[in-house]
This record gives sequence, structure tokens and C-alpha cells, in this order.
Amino acid sequence: MAYRFPSDEWVKALCKTLNESEAYAEAAKNWEGDFYFIIEPDEEFKETAYLYMDLWHGKCREAFLATDPSVKDPVFKIWAPYGTWKKVILGQLDPIQGLVTRQLKLKGDMIKIMRNVKAANELVKCCAKVETEFAA
Amino acid sequence: MWFFRSPVIVYGDDALFHLSQLQGRKALIVTDENILRLGFVQKIEKYLHDAGIETHVFSEVEPDPSLETVLKGKALAETLNPDWIVGLGGGSCLDAAKAIWLLYENPQLDPRAINPFEELKLREKAKMIAIPTTSGTGAETTWAVVLTDRAEQRKLSLGAPVNTPDIAIIDPDLVMELPPGLTASTGMDALCHAVEGFTSIWHNDFSDGLCLQAIKLVFEFLPRAYQRGKEDREARAKMHYAATLAGLGFINSMAALAHALGHSLGAIFHIHHGRAVGLFLPYTIEYCANAGGTRYGEIVRFLGIPYQDEKEAAAILVGKIRELAKSINEPLSLAEAGIPREEFEKALGKLVENASMDATINTGTRIPSEKETEKLFLYAYEGKSIDF
Repeated sequence: MAYRFPSDEWVKALCKTLNESEAYAEAAKNWEGDFYFIIEPDEEFKETAYLYMDLWHGKCREAFLATDPSVKDPVFKIWAPYGTWKKVILGQLDPIQGLVTRQLKLKGDMIKIMRNVKAANELVKCCAKVETEFAA
Repeated sequence: MWFFRSPVIVYGDDALFHLSQLQGRKALIVTDENILRLGFVQKIEKYLHDAGIETHVFSEVEPDPSLETVLKGKALAETLNPDWIVGLGGGSCLDAAKAIWLLYENPQLDPRAINPFEELKLREKAKMIAIPTTSGTGAETTWAVVLTDRAEQRKLSLGAPVNTPDIAIIDPDLVMELPPGLTASTGMDALCHAVEGFTSIWHNDFSDGLCLQAIKLVFEFLPRAYQRGKEDREARAKMHYAATLAGLGFINSMAALAHALGHSLGAIFHIHHGRAVGLFLPYTIEYCANAGGTRYGEIVRFLGIPYQDEKEAAAILVGKIRELAKSINEPLSLAEAGIPREEFEKALGKLVENASMDATINTGTRIPSEKETEKLFLYAYEGKSIDF
């Protein structure tokens, strides 16, 4: 079944995929921290969407589409226009290269990020495993 | 979208003369005690004084520079307020200089948080010149900074693209007296940069040519530079250029698995960086080739060697690297590198953990699980070909 990106169903499907991934569990075993993945509007997608994920020691504890972003104050925030996220999910943009070139922007504890690049990679691999239907 | 970054490269005989053409008021030279003893610092200072630039020296950089050392250098920079930072020495000195430069301009930054993902300030207070005195690390061209967290016994693969030096001076005179052992280990570092830069998942048309040419130069000139030293000026110069080409090649693509394993090993057993990464390179080539999708064939073809398929190409390349290593007395296994088995086994868990956290583990064509990383270390200890 395909899940529309971005949506509550999509982020919950990603959460399930992460929890089933041994590679993610291993790579992120030391990870503690929650995220907002912020999808900014562009030509294809006209709203701002906040996908919340609570990632804890290789597992996803909670995930939802936040209709009101003030409900959570996560430790990390990654944001980019919709089209950039689409490229990441489709495997057309390496997420780390996306971050280095600032196509994706990141705020949070950089010490933690630099120790967990492998976990970030595995997380994105899991995104690609979620059957996704795009808005456009 | 990607970038190609490079300092202005001044190379060849008398390249140091360029220092006398600089404009500025005060330089902080970041180096180590050995370079100071060899008289290189005085040589640099003379040119800078000719340019009317006042000089100060921070010579406390140790092999595998620690977080503490760069913080000390940063404090000195804040006191002196230089408008040039000059890194002089091997990779440790150049990496320390880059970190000091960045911290000097970003005083709130924790060195462990030097990262490529945020905009960091630079060049508001100073510019940087990198002058290598070994032929291997390519650190004069790169924004990579490797620092050691002594408390955690871990090398940190850090870096911010803005941290690329402004000028790199590649003067072969500075490496004429390089001892054979250091010539060998640093040369293997250059080879590893070039092979990994060419084969990483971020390889690109701008870095490919640099990597291939560096590989060719290393195979041709490293044995000569090792055996004949200063008697063979051409080999010395070519190896010096090969290291810079390889540095530019890999930093605009990326280093990969041999670096992740090498950093991990170096932090625990204090094996020279070049020796460590060079030692792992044949194993990681075999490991990647076993999964397919590599570019070793293109390297072998560039070297003029025919091959049937990718696996054979990888085997040919591995054979050539091992032959080169043997000819310059570099160890082929961790056992040969003198690591006692008991200590190795005791450290194995930490070795795997460190390698798994190293950023460069993510840019090879095959990313090992922890179980596979452990096996890679075990096979490299025994000197066994990778069969998984």
C-alpha cells in the first residue's frame, strides 16, 4: 500500500519500517533524540508539514504529523522544500550531500550528529523502503 | 549539486618564495617540535619577515593532535590576533592549524562539533597557508580535520568545507630529507586517498582525473623516493605532487572504509595514519569488490593492465598494492605491524565501535555491519583475503 508524503500515515509507516530494520537498530543503537522533519512549500506542495519522530536507541518510539508544531520542541530539526525531500526519498539525492550543500538544513547537537552519520544513512534507506505516493 | 574546492596551489622549486609576496601583519605558525628542530620554521619565518609579517610559533602539535592541543592553539591565536595562520608540517600539524583557525574565528565552537552541515565563520580575522613537509596526507588541500579525543580513545573525522586553506605551498625541498619509513607510510596514505576518492559513492568528473593521476604517480615514484631519497629529486617532487593531487581528489569526492578502519586502529594502537589506511586498503577493495558495483577496473585500465571482469580488476589492484607495500617494507597485516594478538583481541570491540562511528564508513560502495567490521579487522590481523 502506498502512503502519501507527507502524511501521518507515511511517517507512521516509516516508524514501522525503522522498527523492523536490523541495520537501523544497529547503526542507531546509541542514538537518543527526537526530530522534526520539516517539509517546506514549493511549486509542487503548497503547505508546511511537520513530521515528528522520536528516535531512541535504534527504535522509533513515536511518530506523527504535527498539525500544530508547538506541540513538540524536538532536539533536532531538518528542513527543506518538498521537492528536495522527494529527491531524498527517491534516492536521487544523497542526504549527507544534501546537508553539506545546504539543500537540507539541520539544527541540533552537531557533536551527536557527527558520531551518528551511519544512523542517518540507515534512516534514509528506510525512507526509500516506504511505498510512497507523492503529492505531485 | 556538489562543489569542487581547492586552495591556490603554489608548487615546484622555490615555491616557498611566494611567502615573501604575501600581504599581512602577523602570522601564527602552527607546527611541531621536530619541524622546529629541522630548521624549516626559520626558513618560513625569513620569507614572512621579508614580506613585513611578524611571526609567532605554536610548536606543541603532537602526532594525532588532541582536542586539548587545538584549544591551546586557539587560545594563543586569540591572544596574538594574527591575520595569517600558517600550518607547517605533516598531516597532524596541518589539521591542527585548520582547527585552530576555525576555532579562532568561531570561539564558541566545541572542536568536536566541527561539521560540514552548518555555516561557520571564517576569513574575517585571518587566512590560512598550508605547507606540507611530508608527501601523503594531502591535508594542505582539504577541509578534513582529524582530531583525537583522548578520553574516548577515538579519532574524530571532522571538517567544514569553509576550512579549506587559502594557499597550499608544495615545495619539494621540504621533503628531500624525509626518512624512508615516513616516505613509505605517507606515500601509502596518498595512494589510499586516490583509490578511495576514485571509488567512493561521491566520485565525480572533477575529482576522477586527479585520483587516477595520483595513483599512477605513486606506483611509479614511491619505490624510487623510498629507495633513493634525496638522490632522486624527480621522485621526491612527483610524490609531493601526487599527495596534493590525491588530497584534492579525495576531498572533492570522499575517503571511505579503509579510512574508517585506519582511524579506529590509529586511535587505539597509535599506528601511523598512512600505514594504517594503506594496510587496510587491499582488504577493503576485496570487501567492496565482492559485492560488485565498483570502479577498480577503470583504475587498472588507466595503469595499462588488461582485465576480464571487475573481480579480476580488483585482484590485480590488490596485488599491485601489496607488491608496492612489500617493496617499501610496509606491513601487510596487523600482526606484521607489531600489534600483539592479546591486545588486539582486547581492543576488538572498541575498534569496531570506533570504525562504525567514523563518518567515512558511509561513503564506500559497501557499508559493513558491525559483524562484518569485526571480521574485516580479524582478517586484516591474520593477513587473510576477504571472502565475504
